[in-house]
Amino acid sequence: MTSDENNAPQQGAVLAVVEHSDGKLTRASLEVIAAAQKWAEALQAPAEAVLVGAPDVELGAELSRYQLRAVLQGRHEALRSYAYDVYTQALQQLITATQPVLVLFPHSYRTRDFAPRLATRAGRALISDVIAMRVEQGKPVFTRPIFQGKFAADVAATGGAPYFVSLQIGAFQEPPRLGEQPAPVRDVAVDPEPSRIKSEAPFHEAQQTVDLAQAARIVAVGRGLKEAKYMELAQQLASVLHAELGASRPVCDSGWLPMDRQIGSSGQTVSPKLYVALGISGAIQHLVGMKSARTIIAINKDPEAPIFEVADYGVVGNLFEVVPALLEELKKPS
Amino acid sequence: MKLLVCLKQVPAKDAPLKLNSAGSWIVEDVSYEVSEPDAYALEEALRQKEAHGGEVTVITVGPQRAAQVLREALAKGADKAIHVEGDGTQLLDSFATAEAITRAIPGQHFDLILTGLQSDDSGAAQVGVILAELMGIPHATIIMQIEPVPGGVRVKRELEGGAFQYLEMPTPAVLTIQSGINKLRYATLMGIKQAKSKPLSKINAETDGISVELNRLVIERLYVPGAQKKTERITGTAKDAAARIASVLKAQGIGAGE
Repeated sequence: MTSDENNAPQQGAVLAVVEHSDGKLTRASLEVIAAAQKWAEALQAPAEAVLVGAPDVELGAELSRYQLRAVLQGRHEALRSYAYDVYTQALQQLITATQPVLVLFPHSYRTRDFAPRLATRAGRALISDVIAMRVEQGKPVFTRPIFQGKFAADVAATGGAPYFVSLQIGAFQEPPRLGEQPAPVRDVAVDPEPSRIKSEAPFHEAQQTVDLAQAARIVAVGRGLKEAKYMELAQQLASVLHAELGASRPVCDSGWLPMDRQIGSSGQTVSPKLYVALGISGAIQHLVGMKSARTIIAINKDPEAPIFEVADYGVVGNLFEVVPALLEELKKPS
Repeated sequence: MKLLVCLKQVPAKDAPLKLNSAGSWIVEDVSYEVSEPDAYALEEALRQKEAHGGEVTVITVGPQRAAQVLREALAKGADKAIHVEGDGTQLLDSFATAEAITRAIPGQHFDLILTGLQSDDSGAAQVGVILAELMGIPHATIIMQIEPVPGGVRVKRELEGGAFQYLEMPTPAVLTIQSGINKLRYATLMGIKQAKSKPLSKINAETDGISVELNRLVIERLYVPGAQKKTERITGTAKDAAARIASVLKAQGIGAGE
């Protein structure tokens, strides 16, 4: 099935497992293709894209535009809607058939749902939330955040190829290279058993009332604000700056602000001109939602807080002193 | 309903973390607490028990100090605790941790096993899913609501971009719980008193064959990540800092007289 015309075994590829919804590739999928192209070079292996879905998913032609050895399609009626069991089984079959060296996924909710099973079944680790790779003595070493992004960890996997890796969303934004000619699109037979899970259609709870993605300025608050009553301070700054209020997850979990003002991987992704982070430590789940803001000002008492790694201006200090002083300063005529 | 909740002890959120001299791990002499998503998993288990009856067991894999998260869980209302204890168990990866939990609970037939969706330290988000794989039972991740139905559970799963989805699956099953699914309770004085007479069993990790040898992921080194931007660090008094920020904002045409 995987042999080419002269029946010689093909070299194991770097696979980019893409995601699609409503007939479109997700943006994170393009990042996975870009990383696969880059790392295939480092590992002296070819790059291939992998698409799984229903038989009528027609994204092969779009994927074949990229510089890839092949586009592999594992299509089956059982894959029409996502369930971890059918996806795990289909990808397991595809990986067994193609013997890749490295399998890359976007670090999406879906990947987190099934890829740990897939890697475990292969007797391997899934290395999650990866931001970089280098080859050391012929073996890949991956970098991922640890302790909420306070440190980076270089990690290796035991057991050799295939390596299973999920890529931090936003870490590989350079667009993938296009090929000189279309990559061949090949169907790989997959035959998963029906799912044990009854999945209903995705839905949105209520109309999202605030579209922070459109905001030019955002004042965002984190756990460092300590108590709901101090929201007033953030509110004052936001109104002086004509900014929208946003927050990190814990603030919304505590009910200080409604959930639709949450910024980060489980909330909105924003890229305003100005982002003022008050008492936000900058857990990676928050950073992925805001680090593309043009000017980031962070006020935090912890000099080691990861928010300072993405900030343009970092104030190490007590926000309860700095913000009132800032409000005073901003009242002065310029 | 028989529930198991997996808890992990992690450095406290405001603990100042430093790397050890070898750069292989952090200096462990800091304060610890239960990983926040696990606290929500425990709260949800207690609520399920209160609504539908049953029993809540809590389990942790960790060194001696990790027993604290079990005592707190017992004080909040869990019925029993299991501590898979051993030096170095804080260095186990997701697979080895799931393996340790599997070996610690043979024949116990839990209906639901709950974990936080990810830990606040390594953040791999995998123990629950691997545990389900090792036990051969279904799972669902990033859960915001649990409702028992005949023979199984109906759960509300959070998707990206503010969407949700309902799933139904047979039990036993593993569910990983999203932060914010409920409001956390505090332990009462009465609870703390009662916890002392509740069973806390210890399992020696080594006797169970659990060690870092099982790890499939090896940490080679930790380091402070390089800044992604050139950051101007603003120091001095609050007033000085405020003046500098105000000038930055005004240079961008933001502020008074706008």
